[in-house]
Amino acid sequence: MTDAQPPKSTSPFGSEAAIARLKDRHAAERRFKLYGQLAIGIALSALFVLAYSIISNAAPAFTKHEIVFHLTLDAETVAPNGVEDTQATASNISGFYSLIQDDLRETFPEAATERQLRRELYALVTRLAVLDIARETAETPALIGTTKRFTAPLSDDLDLYLKGGITARRTLTVGQAGRLSVLESGLYSLSDSGPDGFPEFKAKIETDTAADSSVLIRLQDAWFRLEAHSGAMLTLTHLAGALPQLGEQQSAEISALVLFVAQANRAVSDRQIAWAILLQEKGRIRRKQNFDLLTKADSTYPELAGAAAAIVGSIFTMLITAFFAIPVGILAAVYLEEFAPKNRLTNMIEVNINNLAAVPSIIFGLLGAAVFLNFFGMPRSVPLVGGLVLGLLVLPTVIIASRAALKSVPPSIRTAALGLGASKTQAVFHHTLPLAAPGIMTGAIIAMARALGETAPLLLIGMVAFVNEVPTGPDQESTALPVLIYKWFSGAERAWEPMTSAVIVILLVFLILMNLVAVLVRRRFERRW
Amino acid sequence: MASATPLITPVVRAERTDNPIKIDCRNINVFYADNQAIHDISLLIPDRAVTAFIGPSGCGKSTFLRCLNRMNDTIDIARVDGKIMMDGADINDPAIDPVLLRSRVGMVFQKPNPFPKSIYDNVAYGARIHGLASGKSDLDRIIEKSLHRAGLWEEVKDRLAAPGTSLSGGQQQRLCIARAIAVNPEVILMDEPCSALDPIATARIEELIDELRERYCIVMVTHSMQQAARVSQRTAFFHLGKLIEVGDTETIFTNPTNQRTQDYITGRFG
Repeated sequence: MTDAQPPKSTSPFGSEAAIARLKDRHAAERRFKLYGQLAIGIALSALFVLAYSIISNAAPAFTKHEIVFHLTLDAETVAPNGVEDTQATASNISGFYSLIQDDLRETFPEAATERQLRRELYALVTRLAVLDIARETAETPALIGTTKRFTAPLSDDLDLYLKGGITARRTLTVGQAGRLSVLESGLYSLSDSGPDGFPEFKAKIETDTAADSSVLIRLQDAWFRLEAHSGAMLTLTHLAGALPQLGEQQSAEISALVLFVAQANRAVSDRQIAWAILLQEKGRIRRKQNFDLLTKADSTYPELAGAAAAIVGSIFTMLITAFFAIPVGILAAVYLEEFAPKNRLTNMIEVNINNLAAVPSIIFGLLGAAVFLNFFGMPRSVPLVGGLVLGLLVLPTVIIASRAALKSVPPSIRTAALGLGASKTQAVFHHTLPLAAPGIMTGAIIAMARALGETAPLLLIGMVAFVNEVPTGPDQESTALPVLIYKWFSGAERAWEPMTSAVIVILLVFLILMNLVAVLVRRRFERRW
Repeated sequence: MASATPLITPVVRAERTDNPIKIDCRNINVFYADNQAIHDISLLIPDRAVTAFIGPSGCGKSTFLRCLNRMNDTIDIARVDGKIMMDGADINDPAIDPVLLRSRVGMVFQKPNPFPKSIYDNVAYGARIHGLASGKSDLDRIIEKSLHRAGLWEEVKDRLAAPGTSLSGGQQQRLCIARAIAVNPEVILMDEPCSALDPIATARIEELIDELRERYCIVMVTHSMQQAARVSQRTAFFHLGKLIEVGDTETIFTNPTNQRTQDYITGRFG
């Protein structure tokens, strides 16, 4: 558009000076447009980076690995106090966990002999993972004595390893296996099928890996760790899986898995990795959608934790906030806008409402703690108190939005109603308020969205508590989504990181939904006059 | 100066009126905070006739009109002194509820202001809040009658459910008149009812006003002297918050007694 320059001095419309000024003006316009586009570009790219980083961080948490077990629930182990004592059965974690332990020991007998190895093996499944089957068995005693398929989440660190985390890795081909023989207890030597002693492999090991990287060697069903490679031999420690025939010519391909992070520096041992790979090959470890994230409450173990308690807590909190802030806010706005006399007191109230909207949210948390908890003696950590505090927090916003909406209704509507003999209240409730409703609802929903994302006030009234039961009412202990983000983010295990991002995604979905509703309400009920 | 010919020659239609007095305003003063807008105005307004208020902008004619249905009550800083007797009762008496007063004194505003509702609901609103209709059919009858009287029935009878705001400007103003009529008032106040309309719509409204004066006491503020001359029987000239002259329209436009009236209607100021 701006390319169309006016013709040079030949123009019949102006002097050369005027044309030069015009040129400056066009240049200024182009500059301004460019600045504007730049600003939008910055905003959009910030948004994209945010969305990309959160979603890519969260992606691993949307699936998780589970181990399949077929447990025979014999009465003696799972219900030592008798079938009738369902309470005892439901909390008989040791009994159920021993079934898991037995199964794991049977699968990997090489770990059965040593205590240290057994502990490593049992770490594949968390003790508390059996809570589900314990409860189910307590509820349906008919299960006792049968064989039940049960899936337990894999320990969080192994889960992360299988998703490609924990350590960088690389697979190498080694060559043809020769003879495997025992050096001493647990230590084996493996020769090449030819006389060379895996020269290519050894060269790669020398050049490509650090001194403390683990090199795992796969020979048929067994995993070994490479301890040394001298002469024509590889010296190996047996880690997991059934040993091949000793002393025979193997004539099998061998491969190697290089783990670049040293065993001492990661949460999973070489042996656990080998077990996990073997279980995966047997089809006993599967990757599944992580619906637990939406259905389970918090836990100290990332693989058992879910955001359900926080989601439900947030919903209860929002309901309380909405039931408190929206009616009170609308009534205050209607009174101030339509009924209050215009005097100094009203002015002062107005100014203070505007100030209140700018008060940092943590102050409202302090207020909530002082008034609701200490003075009224309400329980800590419940959505009722959280909702009231957030309601107070967003009340000024609701009032301001509602007043703006009421103000935007043309005064002619009001005078028309009054001129017909409507009382002030009738004019407000029949005409002004319905016309302002879309604006009020939009403001209220956006205020709710703000409340949904608030963390600080909830921390101060104790909604940061560890909650491992999904709350059933607004008077139950509970937590909220932003608080859960804060809590999980400060968790020590690496697995909390994707989980935190996943909760952020859930929170963002809620926020987007609420804003969408606000837009729809505005579109649907917008009236023109 | 008496020789100056008036700009406006009144139409013959504006006959003298000897109708009984409907509203008797005595010594009206209006203050906006410390600012006096109306200075001691006394005025008689006859029934079943059109009384026009003319005068330059800011002369207080709209303010005075708004005294007649106590619309000034809705302005916090406004204060009205004096007696306005309507059918023998002072409408400024605190015992009189402005809500009831306004059901007897309807008002039509400068800019057409239909509610953003259907045509039907616009007209029905006043009747509903005052409980004038005993049932649906009664309400239908009131609405048809009011739209008839406002000369709008033929144009909208097939689309009563359409929004009032979808009508043209002139139709909207007639809808507002119908809305005022539906409450069954005795007095209709019109605050420059044609100033937002084109000449054709204006002509229709003027015709309508002429018909309506058969039934109602009409008080109209207008900026157009021609309009005052065409439709009113009585004319009051306001200037700087004072009533300068009031009389039969014919007299005011042909033989005003006051020099300022003379100057105004001959176009020397205003």
